[in-house]
Amino acid sequence: MNKITSVNELIDLTKTVRKDIVEMIHIAGSGHPGGSLSSAELFVALYFNELNHNPENPLWSERDRFVLSKGHVCPALYSVMARSGYFPVEELKTLRKLNSRLQGHPDMRKLPGIEVSTGSLGQGLSVAIGMALGLRADKKENRVYCMLGDGELNEGQVWEAVMSAGHYKLNNLIALVDRNNLQIDGVTEDVMQLEPLKDKWISFNWNVIECNGHEMSEVLNAFEKAKKEKVKPSVIIAHTVKGKGVSFMEDKAGWHGKSPNEEEKCKALEELL
Amino acid sequence: MQSTGGIIVKLNPEMHLSEKIFSKPEMIPSRYGYGEGLVELGEKRNDVVVLGADLTASVCANWFQEKFPERFFQLGIAEQNMTNVAAGLSLVGKIPFVSTYGVFSTGRAWDQIRTTICYAKLNVKIGSAHGGISVGPDGATHQALEDIALMRVLPNMTVVVPSDSIESRKATVAVAEKIIGPAMVRFGREKVPVITTEKTPFELGKAQVLVEGKDVSIIACGAEVYYSLLAAKKLEEEGISVEVINLHTIKPIDKKTIIASAKKTGAVVTAEEHQVMAGMGSSVAEVLVQNYPVHMQFVGIQNRFGGSGNPDELMNEFNLTEKAIINAVKKVLDLKKN
Repeated sequence: MNKITSVNELIDLTKTVRKDIVEMIHIAGSGHPGGSLSSAELFVALYFNELNHNPENPLWSERDRFVLSKGHVCPALYSVMARSGYFPVEELKTLRKLNSRLQGHPDMRKLPGIEVSTGSLGQGLSVAIGMALGLRADKKENRVYCMLGDGELNEGQVWEAVMSAGHYKLNNLIALVDRNNLQIDGVTEDVMQLEPLKDKWISFNWNVIECNGHEMSEVLNAFEKAKKEKVKPSVIIAHTVKGKGVSFMEDKAGWHGKSPNEEEKCKALEELL
Repeated sequence: MQSTGGIIVKLNPEMHLSEKIFSKPEMIPSRYGYGEGLVELGEKRNDVVVLGADLTASVCANWFQEKFPERFFQLGIAEQNMTNVAAGLSLVGKIPFVSTYGVFSTGRAWDQIRTTICYAKLNVKIGSAHGGISVGPDGATHQALEDIALMRVLPNMTVVVPSDSIESRKATVAVAEKIIGPAMVRFGREKVPVITTEKTPFELGKAQVLVEGKDVSIIACGAEVYYSLLAAKKLEEEGISVEVINLHTIKPIDKKTIIASAKKTGAVVTAEEHQVMAGMGSSVAEVLVQNYPVHMQFVGIQNRFGGSGNPDELMNEFNLTEKAIINAVKKVLDLKKN
């Protein structure tokens, strides 16, 4: 699809996506607004600027692959998929309903365009590595992108995966960490210390790029840097705020997995105008 | 037809079984069949890839690795990652075989198999090596006694437990060529008698009636098929007519063959080198209790962990030889009578 290069247009899209997220989760009556809102810029940058993909032909052989390892933030994914043309925007209202293609966690067998079903944390990066190894073996140029949450980095399997991607020098792999500092039980550093996070990835032989995950130009720039790496896999650690864009959700662990009621929804949408 | 000291054991001629079963069968580990199957697949097609977790030679996956190094991926001692890397490879068109001990491949990576592979019906093949107690001296930690149960409970999963090295090779090739979706093939470490031949028909999901009989059915898988044949021979000598079925595919299960045999004999003994709870015997019981209930007895591991010892000692200690099967047959025949 045609890429949007205007930063202002992309920023406008993040507002649309945030409104979608709030409305979808309100209608569904459950879901995960915190991490969906914190990763909105990353999703918009991916689906409207960075990824080579074709919403009209989700299985296009030359597409890049995107794996959403933190599957619970699929409202953000569904929003950018609908807005980029994979399915009608109206369908966003079916999130989490019986027989909906928009399952509570992404289901590749129900919704074309989902590369792999996810939901059990810690597994997506390994899947992305398998894709990257397979594509490289076939001498394909396609890249593989994988988004992880920071709380998800508690999972031991993530570090098995990080070790193996460094070992195999998968420079066709770009991981994104939505570093919003909160997980269900509280502050990531209280639940299980992740810092020094950058050093951890460096020591596993990754190219590490940090950026402000809410500054669109910084996010785009981070992707450009990642693509210049010739030897190592790259990780973009995007510093973000959980619940970003809705004042009363910002930086509150309690909004990890809670649906806004009617009043809260209206207040949130006003703020997102 | 095979003469054995005057007693005739009626091996089903359509099964083309080895002529040496009751004399001096060839002894080959079933894992060799896995290794040969991988190589056969590698030669036939470019999309088959193999993944190892630092036990590559132990499960004979090194035979593939040596021939097709560019299609072998070493993932180290990290089975969860390996299993999902296989999932990723399947998503770009490969047919990956995850190769390590069953305790790890089906146990440690169970959630990866459940949520990533089976939920999405990904085309990943799981090698469950060192199945059963015959692993021997390594003891309980390395003896997969729950792998059939762990895998058969998952939707979309095919579960195959071949009886010898030849059947292991056929099964390995078949799960790649005949099924698009997850499958587990179980094989053992120790040498086991070769009871089938190249000519023996093998079809996934189709149980084999190896011996036809009318008094009792013994339904077995893996190494227990051989012991069932030995038991059948001894029971024939006592005038008991035994049907022996090789249920190599536990899921999807061959209901037709099982029900037909139960209708004919009215009594069933199952034999497996696995926990009897939730294993192959339980699968057979699920079929029969809903369709044609008959008395049953289960030969297998009875709610215990394994232990160290020589394979033969362990098979005796855990009541998995022909003696245990004969006892189970006598018991089920008593129940049938009363």
